Amino acid sequence: MRGAAAIVGAVDLASPTGKLERSVRQLEIEVIRGALDDAGLAIGDVDALFSCTGMMASMELAEYLRIQPRYTDTTMTGGSSFEVHVEHAAAALALGLCEVAVIVYAQTPRSSGGLGGGMGGAMAAMGGDMPMMEWDLPYGLGTPASSYALAATRHFAQYGTSSEQLAEIAVSTRQWAAMNPNARYREPITVEDVLSSPTIAAPLHKLDCCLVTDGAGALVMTTAERARDLRRDPIYVLGAGTSHTHAMSISQMRDLTVTAGAVSGPLAFAMAGISAADVDVLETYDSFTITVLLALEDLGFCAKGEGGDFVTGGRLAPGGALPTNTNGGGLSYTHPGMYGMFVLVEAVRQLRGGLAHRQVPDAKVAVAHGCGGVLSSTSTVVLGTEETL
Amino acid sequence: MPRLEPKASALTEPFWEATRERRLVLQWCRPCDAGIHYPRWACPSCLGDDLEWRQSAGRGSLYSFSIATASASPMLADLAPVAIALVELDEGVRLVSNVVDVDLDAIEVGMAVRVRWESMSDGRHFPLFAPDRD
Repeated sequence: MRGAAAIVGAVDLASPTGKLERSVRQLEIEVIRGALDDAGLAIGDVDALFSCTGMMASMELAEYLRIQPRYTDTTMTGGSSFEVHVEHAAAALALGLCEVAVIVYAQTPRSSGGLGGGMGGAMAAMGGDMPMMEWDLPYGLGTPASSYALAATRHFAQYGTSSEQLAEIAVSTRQWAAMNPNARYREPITVEDVLSSPTIAAPLHKLDCCLVTDGAGALVMTTAERARDLRRDPIYVLGAGTSHTHAMSISQMRDLTVTAGAVSGPLAFAMAGISAADVDVLETYDSFTITVLLALEDLGFCAKGEGGDFVTGGRLAPGGALPTNTNGGGLSYTHPGMYGMFVLVEAVRQLRGGLAHRQVPDAKVAVAHGCGGVLSSTSTVVLGTEETL
Repeated sequence: MPRLEPKASALTEPFWEATRERRLVLQWCRPCDAGIHYPRWACPSCLGDDLEWRQSAGRGSLYSFSIATASASPMLADLAPVAIALVELDEGVRLVSNVVDVDLDAIEVGMAVRVRWESMSDGRHFPLFAPDRD
């Protein structure tokens, strides 16, 4: 599968106000149109559709757009869904099951007043009881922040990691956001600012937590062969891997310091034939600062337990050794609920080159790492330029 | 909002009924000789259904915890600040609960805890945990 498929169109939409003032369907159409234009393709070329928001999501969208796909995918693994979609699309393209795939996402929690009542609302929408309603909610465990806080506390106890170290991640990410005119927050922050922001679920403070904004994004993928005739330089899928350890109840995660990334990362890196040292830019899901720290360890950028030291001293920041979340991340750029689309779009942008302010010089290999649920599912995609093939 | 009182199912009724007598029971797979929580229709290790309920001693240690504030969720308005905990029972089973009867600043990972009961409106009880000082 390595190098058999490429991303040829990539756009995202977010606003400094956090609001986009359009319906979800309008936003989906806008980003699909944008990504197809970016690729130099038309809607009539699309024969594979990937969407995971709503019931029979890809069918509803295909009906609306009058597409009759020959490959369809509604895989829903929360925030990592879009990395999984890229993995599935690359496999389908490699096997000749389709030729032009569109992956799309839009959500408007900022303008529609939240994400539907947190997990309770999400569960009601899914119908049926989830175990967490009986075993977790009575004790107040039902929002992502508390679950991620449990992982942070365990990491602190096991490895001596500190709130100051987690705050470094928020500070570095904000430095990148300062260079993204579409970011929600661009003013610099300090470690002290993070620590003095209100406690949400100790040890996590408000500035350890992602935003809630409207947002949308779309990707167009095709075969390596067809990609070479299109408008933009193809960005190749070099490797991909996916895993999950549990669903919405973090009590079922065996070790709260080791995510599914310890499986999905090595799978993706092995397929790509790279190690962590080969990665020029990392775009990794940052629902919370602890999400980033665990991903850095699980993907092998540092040893387990050493994430706190690793993120200190601006290593992830502009000019640092491992440029990370260069769009400003879910912490400062945008986070409509399932942020995984935005790590992919930013990875493509960095590899294409020519970003006005935040370009990582000479970036050839990028990793886009998604995380969904409550540290539950991860999917890792390794992307590369033509010369990495 | 008060603590959400769980609706038991045919599967989970033995757990909640035992709490009327302030007994903590755990689902157990006989062939694997291992506890299961949350309760399931089959053992998640062997997929077998040779299951029974066994009484827990109600003692364990804190695997992790978080002090959640009301800003974490509107759901927490009446509970916050609350110590949400993952309790590792001595029987090897992990469950979600709260640490109570404790100075919130004094809670630590690894702390020994023991079950404490809080009544529901219908005679059942919630298993909560407090520091085990014995």
